Amino acid sequence: MLRKEFLQMRRDPFTIALTVGMPLIQLFLFGYAINADPKHLPTLVVGGDNSRYERTLLAALAHTRYFELAPDLVSEAEASRALDRGEAQFVLSLPTDFARAIDRGERPAILLEADGSDPTAIGNAVAALNALNATVLERDVPEWLRRDAAAPPPFEVRVQRRYNPEGITAYNIVPGLVGTILTFTMVVVTSLAVTRERERGTMENLLATPVRPLEVMLGKIVPYVLLGYVQTALILAVSVAVFGIPVRGSLLPLVVGLGFFIAANLAVGFAFSTIAANQLQAMQMAVFFILPSILLSGFMFPFRGMPGWAQALGEALPLTHMLRLVRGILLKGNGMLDVAPHLWPMVLFTLIVGVIAVRSYRETLD
Amino acid sequence: MNGAVVIDVRGLRKRFGAREVVRDLTLRVGRGEICGFLGANGSGKTTTIRMLCGLLTPDGGEGTCLGFDLLRQPLEIRRHVGYMTQRFSLYEDLTVAENLDFVARLYEIRDRRAALARVMAQMELEARSEQLAGTLSGGWKQRLALAACVLHEPRLLLLDEPTAGVDPKARREFWDLIHGMATRGLTVLVSTHYMDEAERCHRIVYLSQGRLVVDGTAEEVIRGAGLVTWNARGPGIEAAAQALRAAPGVESLAVFGAALHVSGTDEAALDAALAPWRGREDLAWARAEPTLEDVFIHLLDESERERPGAAP
Repeated sequence: MLRKEFLQMRRDPFTIALTVGMPLIQLFLFGYAINADPKHLPTLVVGGDNSRYERTLLAALAHTRYFELAPDLVSEAEASRALDRGEAQFVLSLPTDFARAIDRGERPAILLEADGSDPTAIGNAVAALNALNATVLERDVPEWLRRDAAAPPPFEVRVQRRYNPEGITAYNIVPGLVGTILTFTMVVVTSLAVTRERERGTMENLLATPVRPLEVMLGKIVPYVLLGYVQTALILAVSVAVFGIPVRGSLLPLVVGLGFFIAANLAVGFAFSTIAANQLQAMQMAVFFILPSILLSGFMFPFRGMPGWAQALGEALPLTHMLRLVRGILLKGNGMLDVAPHLWPMVLFTLIVGVIAVRSYRETLD
Repeated sequence: MNGAVVIDVRGLRKRFGAREVVRDLTLRVGRGEICGFLGANGSGKTTTIRMLCGLLTPDGGEGTCLGFDLLRQPLEIRRHVGYMTQRFSLYEDLTVAENLDFVARLYEIRDRRAALARVMAQMELEARSEQLAGTLSGGWKQRLALAACVLHEPRLLLLDEPTAGVDPKARREFWDLIHGMATRGLTVLVSTHYMDEAERCHRIVYLSQGRLVVDGTAEEVIRGAGLVTWNARGPGIEAAAQALRAAPGVESLAVFGAALHVSGTDEAALDAALAPWRGREDLAWARAEPTLEDVFIHLLDESERERPGAAP
């Protein structure tokens, strides 16, 4: 029995390649890409007085490497929109009389607004800012403020976690699960679709009929699109009822985004299905796609914590964009205009993968 | 033949890797003809059938099927050909009616209900229309498969070993259906290993290692083989069979119940081999007509002998 299994294994080099290649890829992904302590988070600055104090404070912030400060000041409205769209992680608001207030010993407050939809992404940065507070202006402030070592720091830091003020991890994970679970089921189910026909011998019959590849693909995919919507509705209902996840945006952009996302995943599954020789290979390819989707999309680890190459890879994956879209709509109340930038990468992905799938669908048994 | 040529191919070739599966095959089949496709396993029957219905692209050669070009109009050919695969290839988790309806939709048949009713009546499938295909017996599965490939009223049927593993009664009924359809002008190319089925064909084509080696009616094939056959009866046949099997001049030998059947193409050599067994009391010899089976075993032996030399 053992011998037979080994013999059969040897006849299927592709399977062996996958079982050897998969752990290696996981290893490199985890090893190099994953970083739960994201640095260089995009930060916008609002207000301020361009004083010596401010310059010192901003330089110190940049020095922590947690904050990547935008070179120009922006208006409050612009900053707020950037947070909504996820373009900025932080907005730092400084009072316009920052220096004067410090000199008078008034302990002015600076406000750090954070995109709290992913609590783990901001935790360390916020801690770093708080640690700075006591000492950063030590050399700049007038003598009389410095004398008393026990005196409170010259200014106050207020942190506001937008979208998720209590830092509830479930707010981040549960909406993300919508995309992740859909990726799982959609890719796996369709990747088995054509290989199953081939293994059962029904493919030969199908090929002998005048049915066209695109018809086969659409016919195979459409039922699962509906299934995907049913699944999403179920997950969302449970998320709201059990986990108390807020639904701040309207559902229309979510439904539109879901359509694109489901289509992208089904195209992947169908492509695997036409390329794989049997169901086992199709399954392995599916896992091969799902794993990086979960690791590199920002589902489990903060997207901005990854090195550039991993972010680039992540940007190509539909799940990355879906996560931003779902979190944006549920937590931030994003509307159609805000989520539009997440749609086109999914459309592009679907088109490319769809062309590959239809191309590799063989109309003959050659 | 009614004049019209349905299959007309010349010099078809197909190779898989280094193995030439079909070599220089030329075949013409006329309208309404039932053409039996015979040959050993691996002689290229299935490959030829798949090339004729556009499932495989020939590496060489040319020709037409129903007047459509084999290489340039595969889609047209698919519309008018019914192809029944060797392995049951409908959906076991669909019912008989659901399977047929699915196929009818693939062929975009306009009046599906009428087409389904006609075919189910013809194949006597009505009583089983709600049964899952996977639960049908072998014979009924074949009927369903045949029903599925005549739904769109094809003008040519390509049947690849349609009756493998089916009981004799179901086989006979299956052939009655095929003859009925041929009378109405349908052309049939059917591959088989059964001799009784070969005898029911209007014409027999024999493939050996991808080459067409014999072509004609059953009688022509038997006559063309030039076999001399002797029958022996009596208690001594087992011993004679043992001894004669390897004797020079004996090309085919078989025991059918109480009779021994010995054939060879070289009459003198066969006589010489049989001579020591002629005068014996426990054996009664008689000259017999060779059967189609004798001829095929002879052809199979011949192609096996050729094999080492024939490889390029």
